[in-house]
Amino acid sequence: MAELILKHTAIKAIYSVVPKTVYKTHDYPYFSEDEAKMFAKTTGIVERRVAATNVTASDMCFKAAQTLLEDMNCYHEIDLLVFVTQSPDYFLPSSAAILQDKLGLPITCMAFDVNLGCSGYVHGLLLANRYLQQGGLRKVLLLAGDKSTISTHEQDKTAFPLFGDAGSATLLEYDPKGEDWFLDAGTDGSGAEAIIIEAGHSRMPYQSFEDQDIEVAPGVVRSKKHLAIDGMAVFNFALKNVPKSINNTLALAKITTDQLDYLVLHQANQLITDSIRKKMNVPQEKCPSSIGGFGNTSSASIPLTLCSELSEALKKERLCLLLCGFGVGFSWASLLLSTHNVATKLLEYD
Amino acid sequence: MEIVDFIAAIEEEFEDLNPGDVSPNSVFRDMEGWSSMHALIFVALIDSKYDVLLNGDELKSCVTIKDLFDITFLKINGGGANT
Repeated sequence: MAELILKHTAIKAIYSVVPKTVYKTHDYPYFSEDEAKMFAKTTGIVERRVAATNVTASDMCFKAAQTLLEDMNCYHEIDLLVFVTQSPDYFLPSSAAILQDKLGLPITCMAFDVNLGCSGYVHGLLLANRYLQQGGLRKVLLLAGDKSTISTHEQDKTAFPLFGDAGSATLLEYDPKGEDWFLDAGTDGSGAEAIIIEAGHSRMPYQSFEDQDIEVAPGVVRSKKHLAIDGMAVFNFALKNVPKSINNTLALAKITTDQLDYLVLHQANQLITDSIRKKMNVPQEKCPSSIGGFGNTSSASIPLTLCSELSEALKKERLCLLLCGFGVGFSWASLLLSTHNVATKLLEYD
Repeated sequence: MEIVDFIAAIEEEFEDLNPGDVSPNSVFRDMEGWSSMHALIFVALIDSKYDVLLNGDELKSCVTIKDLFDITFLKINGGGANT
């Protein structure tokens, strides 16, 4: 069972970046007025941010990281850079290596990508802790971001209006007096096909298939190089596993939901997050939502929600947070942690 | 668990529906503008009201509101429905 107690780590800053361009649900040309209304009501997505053609997830994360490092003045103390993304710049090398150089980090800094989506930010926090908690490393820069809009077909009503683009940077450091964190995580690979881009890598290289758009259901057009999502399977997975994982984490920490300041869920869609929240008996005001303005931003959705919805509280208050990421894989991770005096910024990418 | 309550919950959930619009024999996929979104709302509603999670195959096996009620009832009790 992947349950862990994490020690000696503190989050110092969380910066997020979203593109300036806004796509509104009601302007999506493949929705009728009623469909748009129903989609916005059910998913909660009123609008989302979409990156320009020449902007990548690493570009958005770069801006978040560069601004954070300038503000914190700690370029030379970063010993590890982790970039959580499923939309890297290249097949190889890892985008983290490119970012190490672009950010001007020392060559003594380790850097690698982590190929996880919606659960990735929480896994990234765990990784940062694993490297920091022995006291060997000084600071870790965790970047999490995705340009999911590059993978969706414009005529796929189930995916195209759901996703937004965003990047984030989180600064963590060794803190010998830091309070314990508690983690529960898991994987169910039987759900691999529920969220998938089939073509483009080794199993189905581009040259091995004809890139043909197919109407897989009424109003749902895509090819094998586009992201396909089975909403019903995702809903079932989330409702079956996420409440259990949150309960496991709370049990490990020996606390109950009413002792939490906030439950911060991956912003999958409002129907899923509301269903989980109600199952956990957490009031709406303790479960911040950013999906209305940004859509599902994959690995960036938790840090983005922290920056957009909890900025003041993170700066001024000592908080007990439970973060839970879940999605593609299927994969999930819940982390209970305390924060104090965390700097945040929400920036736009021109 | 009564089918009238089940139907009332469905009529309350969808703002286009008025009381009396839905009967046990209503074919839910014939609802105006039916989409995968409606299917998710049904599943979420049943989960929140009855703590029963229907998967895609179970939903596919249902045609009428009564089918949905019956499968929900069976998953709760493992017995016949009280219609």
